[in-house]
Amino acid sequence: MSQPIIEIRNYSLNFWTFDGVYHALDDVNLTVEKGQSLGIVGETGCGKSVTVRNILGLLPSPPAEVVSGEILYDGKDLLKALPAEMHRIRGIEIAMIFQDPMTYLNPVFTVGRQLVDVVLAHNRARGQGEKISRKDAETRAIEMLNKVRLPNAEKQMSNYPHQLSGGMRQRVLIAMALIGRPKLLIADEPTTALDVTIQAQILELIAELVEELNLSVMMITHDLGVVAKSCDRVAVMYAGKVVETGTVAQVFDHPAHPYTQGLLRSIPHPEKNVSVLEGIPGFLPNLLDPPAGCRFAERCPRALDICRKVTPVGNPLAGGHVASCHLAEELEAASA
Amino acid sequence: MLLFTAKKFLIMVGTLFALLAITFTISHVAPGDPAALAAGPDATEEMIQQIREEFGLDKPLPVQFLIYVGGVLQGDFGTSIHTGREVVSDLARFFPATLELVLFSILFAIAIAVPIGVISAVRQNTITDHTLRLFSVAGVGLPMFWLGLMLQLFFALKLGWFPLGGRLGLLTDPPTTITGLYIIDSLLTLNFTTLLESLHHIVLPAVALCFPALASIARVNRAEMLEVLSQDYIVNAKAQGLSKFRIVAIYALRNAMLPTMAMIGLRFGWMLGGTVLVESVFNWPGVGLYAVEAAVASDFEPIVAVTVLLGFMFMLANLAIDIVYGILDPRVRGANI
Repeated sequence: MSQPIIEIRNYSLNFWTFDGVYHALDDVNLTVEKGQSLGIVGETGCGKSVTVRNILGLLPSPPAEVVSGEILYDGKDLLKALPAEMHRIRGIEIAMIFQDPMTYLNPVFTVGRQLVDVVLAHNRARGQGEKISRKDAETRAIEMLNKVRLPNAEKQMSNYPHQLSGGMRQRVLIAMALIGRPKLLIADEPTTALDVTIQAQILELIAELVEELNLSVMMITHDLGVVAKSCDRVAVMYAGKVVETGTVAQVFDHPAHPYTQGLLRSIPHPEKNVSVLEGIPGFLPNLLDPPAGCRFAERCPRALDICRKVTPVGNPLAGGHVASCHLAEELEAASA
Repeated sequence: MLLFTAKKFLIMVGTLFALLAITFTISHVAPGDPAALAAGPDATEEMIQQIREEFGLDKPLPVQFLIYVGGVLQGDFGTSIHTGREVVSDLARFFPATLELVLFSILFAIAIAVPIGVISAVRQNTITDHTLRLFSVAGVGLPMFWLGLMLQLFFALKLGWFPLGGRLGLLTDPPTTITGLYIIDSLLTLNFTTLLESLHHIVLPAVALCFPALASIARVNRAEMLEVLSQDYIVNAKAQGLSKFRIVAIYALRNAMLPTMAMIGLRFGWMLGGTVLVESVFNWPGVGLYAVEAAVASDFEPIVAVTVLLGFMFMLANLAIDIVYGILDPRVRGANI
């Protein structure tokens, strides 16, 4: 068993809104081991992004409020880290790439300037004796742009973001995230905003760089195909809770939670010529006033009385596979 | 960038022509017969008619306008009745004082307002923010002339910290004229006594003139900073490990300055108009005071000239803002305007 690089434990988070307290995350537990990649899947609004954003302290508080839990990186709780400590972590230990490359680059600075600023900021935060010059930082930036296979890297340095296409900008953002040689990469739906053909290229690029730089990865997506292709383990989230975790094979081949089963059934199969796609009826519960018991009970085809009263806890199955369902064993066995 | 500037410049020439046409029309359709006024109360109909012909007032309005434009193009704005000099030479004498006051005021306003806006936004909804906002709401509400009088009462008469009015003390000689702006001229000639004296004199009128502008620039800047600070690229900058100072003072402020620049341009124009009030209160010998004195004497040529001059300055300021806009925002440079 290898060592965890990051561990999220009993993490609950609320948002203070005008309508009341929104229980965005409830008792989330996630672990990524060194060199591993974890896919986090779930529908829009289930808390995927919120879970990972606060790893780097990116949620403004208020309105966000951590209720309980810890995020352990290298044994240190990031939720309690001082600003100076976070500076030595952001981009240097843990880096992040985001969903929409169109809006994540500053429109009034050149690509080169933004990359160079990141290099210089990391250099300052590391606080090592040798100061890196602007010229060296530029060389590093061009190197990195070449590594993410941005065409004409040197020329692109003096271009502004609006002069680049979406795929090119995502390459720049990946370069920016990896220029500090981080150990953990958090990718928050990195391909959602891109064309399908570009999606494949970007995923391939990320996979290559992960291999080359020996990165651990947290990949958020709602594309189950992406997870199947590029992750070792997967966590399925629903309404602010992790409902099932396990290796990709465990979760996809033997889903032990009715929500996971529903998700997998809703994937269109080209060979199964169907006219109506299968979905999961119903809507996400209102998290301003979350239901008692299991949050999925309302929509669950298998729900029992107990499901509406008792919140299911992580039910350990064989080989580290965990599902938060009262019927987990039975479902796992049935799906075998 | 060159094309951008050239386009802006052409638009400006057109606007200036329109301004000239409007000012000219208003002054010529206004009630009252300048020929009768000039001829005096005892003049006969023939004498008035003769004056009309002499000044070209008997010609149709469009023809008069063409003649006027012809004069303006040659730098001739007519003659002032109450100073007895050419309007152009009067303007040359009084305009540097106004320019100095307005430039000093706008720089002062920007230097104070932008930090206020930034600090307010970063400390949103704290005591600091509320205090700074109270200050800026007050600024928008206070009339300039009233503020000017209060400043005089308190700082000049009661505390005696600043002089009541004027550009320099009675015993001080103006510096050698280079630009006509005393602060710059005394700096260039290394005349530090005069420099201090002119700074001392400009403080109160500049504060009175800039306060409303300062307040509204601060408000716009605060609102824009709040908007920009919630943008994705700021989240990304934070995630990549940039320092808070760099994020706020460079990455966010540069974006927030774009709409703020528009407000600065607008407020610069209002300031030019405000000089009429402030120069009167502080006896500042600029074109505002000149226009007021001309108006009291029913002397219309200077008023038209001052209006056109201030309008021209307003346009120049906006041209400057547009150019700065192009420098700050790369997306504007290539845009078709």
